[in-house]
Parts: sequence; C-alpha cells; structure tokens
Amino acid sequence: MGMTITEKILAAHCGKNAVTPGELINCKVDIVLANDITAPIAIKEFRKAGAKKVFDKDRITLVPDHFAPNKDIQSAEQTKMLREFAKEHNLSLYFEVGRMGVEHALLPEQGIVGSGDVVIGADSHTCTYGGLGAFSTGVGSTDVAAAMITGEIWFKAPESMKFIYSGKLNKWVSGKDLILYTIGDIGVDGALYRAMELTGEAIENMGMAGRLTMCNMAIEAGAKNGIIAPDKITEEYVKGRAKRQYKFYQSDKDAKYVDVREYDCNKIEPVVACPHLPENTKFVSELNHVTIDQVFIGSCTNGRIEDLREAAAVIKGKKVAPYVRVIVIPATQEVYRQAMKEGLFDIFLDANASISTPTCGPCLGGHMGVLAKGERAVATSNRNFVGRMGHPESEVYLSNPAVAAASAVLGRIGSPEELK
Amino acid sequence: MTFKGNAWKFGSDIDTDAIIPARYLNTSDPAELAKHCMEDADKDFAKKIKKGDIIVADKNFGCGSSREHAPISIKACGVSCVIAKSFARIFYRNAFNIGLPILESPEASEKIKEGDEIEVDIEKGIIRNLAKKEEYKVNPIPAFMQELINAGGLMEWTKNKIQKSK
Repeated sequence: MGMTITEKILAAHCGKNAVTPGELINCKVDIVLANDITAPIAIKEFRKAGAKKVFDKDRITLVPDHFAPNKDIQSAEQTKMLREFAKEHNLSLYFEVGRMGVEHALLPEQGIVGSGDVVIGADSHTCTYGGLGAFSTGVGSTDVAAAMITGEIWFKAPESMKFIYSGKLNKWVSGKDLILYTIGDIGVDGALYRAMELTGEAIENMGMAGRLTMCNMAIEAGAKNGIIAPDKITEEYVKGRAKRQYKFYQSDKDAKYVDVREYDCNKIEPVVACPHLPENTKFVSELNHVTIDQVFIGSCTNGRIEDLREAAAVIKGKKVAPYVRVIVIPATQEVYRQAMKEGLFDIFLDANASISTPTCGPCLGGHMGVLAKGERAVATSNRNFVGRMGHPESEVYLSNPAVAAASAVLGRIGSPEELK
Repeated sequence: MTFKGNAWKFGSDIDTDAIIPARYLNTSDPAELAKHCMEDADKDFAKKIKKGDIIVADKNFGCGSSREHAPISIKACGVSCVIAKSFARIFYRNAFNIGLPILESPEASEKIKEGDEIEVDIEKGIIRNLAKKEEYKVNPIPAFMQELINAGGLMEWTKNKIQKSK
C-alpha cells in the first residue's frame, strides 16, 4: 500500500519500512526545540529525572524569543535558566539576544531543520517546518525533557488529509489567506490529530515563505503537522543552508487520505479571521467598517523578509492613520539586516511605523504592543483568542501583511486596493 | 482511582490562553499559575472551586499553545479531572505527562450540568452523575497511564521505573 510523505518520514525515523495511521511508534528526533517559556519546565523535569547528559549537544535548540529581550525580572530569571543549561551542556544551538530570532523563522533560515527531518518543539507552531517537507510537531515541556535525554519520542502515526489548491492566486492573496480560508472551512479542530498535506498548482508556485506560513498555522486547525512535498523551490532554499544531510520524500500515488478537499484559488480574496477564533473568517471586502488601534506586522507566521516587503510595498509613500500605532518586528537578525539594506525601514519610518528587534512579544500579549481594554488590532500572527494580545476585552483580527499595512493607513480593516 | 467533586461547565474550543493567559507565563511555579487558572474564561474560577471539583467542557478543550502551564494550572488549583467531548492533541498529551486525568465523553459533556455532583472511576471507565443518578461509560484509562497519573507524571513514572530496574 502507498504511503504519504508523513508516513514515510516517520517510518524512516523508527526503523520500519512502513507505518500505518493509528500505529504507535517510537521515533528518533533530529532536532529538539524549546523557548524561554517552555524550556524552564523542561529543564526542571530533566533534572527531576536525574539526567546528567543530553543525548546530543548539537541537536537541542534553545531560543529565548517569547519575552526576550527580557520584559521583566521574572522573564530574565527564565532566560537565565536557558543560558545556564546551554553552558552546562555545551549546547551549540543556543541563540542569545543579538543572534536569536522568532524560533520558527530562525531554524529554517539557519539550516538547523531540513527536509525529511523529524523535529519536536515545546511550542505549538513547531509544525512550521512542514513547509520544507519535514515532519515537525509541537509537544509539551515534559516530552521535550524526555527527548533531551533519549533523543526519542513516541507518536501515534496520524491519518492524512489532502488539500488541493488549484488555479492561480489573486492579487494580494498569499499563503496566509489560503490557510485562513482552509481553517474557516474545516474549523479549529477540523484536522484534529491529523496530518494536513498541502498540494496543488498554487502551492507548487508558492515561495518558501508562503509555504512556511501555511504549515505554521496547521495547528490552528488542530493538526499534528502540516506538510508540503519538497521540490525545486525547496531545493533552492535548503541547499547552502542545511547543516545536515536532507532528504526529499514524496507521497505515493496510491497513498491513503481520510479526506481530500479542493479549493479554487480564483475564488479566494484576502481573508481576515475575526475574534475570537482563527476559523471566524471573512473576505476583507466584507469588513470595511472595523476601526483599529494597532497593527502588528511580524511573528513566526509572517515576520519573514517577503512579508516585510509586501507590507512596505503597500505602505510606501503613505502615512499611518492618526491614533493608530504600527509595530513592525522582523523575525530574525538576518531579516532585520536585509530589510534595512533594502530600505524597507525607511519606508516604515517615513510612514510613522515603529520597528523592533526580533521577539514574539505582542503575538502572545507578552510585551512590545499589549492591548488595553476595548482596543482592536490587526495582526499578521496566528491566534486571535480572547485576551491573546492583552486585555480579555481586546480584539485581534488576523490578516496577511499587505492587508495589515493597508489597514494601518486606512485606520480600519481594508484592502490595499482601497489605497489607490 | 476515583474522584468526586462538583462540575464546572465550559463551552467549545477553550484555548490555552483562556486556561492560563500568557501574561502569567513569566513563571512556571504551579502555585502561582493556579491563581490564574481559567481566568479569561471565568475570572473568579480559581477562587470559587473546591479541591476535587471537575471541569466539564464541550469539544476541542485545550486548543492552541503547547504550554504545559495549562494542565499544570488546572491540576494545581485543585481540579481532580477534566471531562470533555474532545481534547486538542498537545493538551491531551501534556495532561497525562504531568499527571492530570482527562476523559473524553460526549455523553457526559452533554448531560452533566453546572454544579452536578460527579464521581469518576478511571479504572472502570465510569462517570457517575450523583445529582441525576445517571452513569456514563467511557474508555477506562489504561493501567500504565493510571500508573503514570499516580506517580505524578511522566518523569516521576520514568524515574520509578529506572529505580525498579536497578
């Protein structure tokens, strides 16, 4: 019987020729990841287990990115735990402020994760690396602690759902819109426990940034992982970056899917997810009376250079609306430097937008842009739950970077088309 | 193992930001996290509940982030067990790993009302609604998972196993 990419990667990591959905397997992991919120618990559990050594000092990545640069004393204590653990175990993949970035933008960029890998991370958006054709999934701190000791983790092999995106993308539509549209269709638990395999003409023509964005939000449909077949575009991206050997897997023609859905991209306009769930989607054209207080452009979903270019192209020569604040956060140091080189910072600064050093910050209501009671934000991030960016009575609308930039100028949710 | 307590009802898609908002994640101290348990879904939950009480929710409980702080805060504030129609994947795994019993039961989720006195027998897989004199059957928690819960979580369980084999 044929296998999906997900099944093939898992089989290769548990020493089997084949795995079938529902099967319990014990897999070797290529990379284990944790951040400044989740690593402290993992480190405590690691010590509680009486462990003295990590399984491999070059396969454990610690990235202080959520509250870093430290927002308060308690956060400073947490990042200190990461730093000390990294020193104690001589970890080669610890990223200090000044070298770090938002973890899921950083790891692919630095070639730490590659095609065909199995990656676990104590962060739900670890599923991002499916964009490279890797199996990657979010777990809790205790699972990370165990994997730091053994280099292994058990899984129940997931069933796969196939999504076919046919046709070409309309103007101002990107990977973000396709994934929001999909979540709007299947709901926030529409892919619960499953693998989401994203295919079709629109995906084949999509750059790596869009692919990573789409897989990043697989968790918002409850999925275990999102995955895209690696191709020439993937090859272009990983060669020269990958620190280890990578491998391309493809799904067999007779692979089994529990569900197959096809979307005609000609019918998809820019999508906005309204409060308080990513499934509450509308086309931007349906939302032209929603005034806003803040715009956040960044995060592991849309903080890459392509995203900043898209936002800059829209905001160039315009000004942010009165009483609206715009916070632009390049996701990594490399993105930061590139944006500066290309003159994007001048465009943002001329428009009265602010620019910050890399951090997850406002996405989770951590720091650098927390919302007050009754305030409303457009964000290019991935979640709009109650209280996600601040006060429980604040509101978050999720969009792509072009719509976010247009909304900043309009002072209300709107499309870049309206700026002409 | 059995638990007895009163039911606290919650709706669908209760996310981990509602269970423990990120503004409190600058600590991983269970006692501190317990003070803010369910705060953005029910502001005074942590003050109102009695030790042993049970959370009964609709579908997809615990969706969102992988923060283990979510099941930790629930366990630390005295909740003995969570019953839901379904659980989000990472939360499900985390709950067992930290030793918080959880049960999937669409029937119990629908029939139990706020305040009902509930008794849960995780070995037999029975949820008893003492207020309504009803019983709902669920899949019992397998023996090794019960051991894991008894031990206080995956790490304690692993440690016990290592010590036994010595």
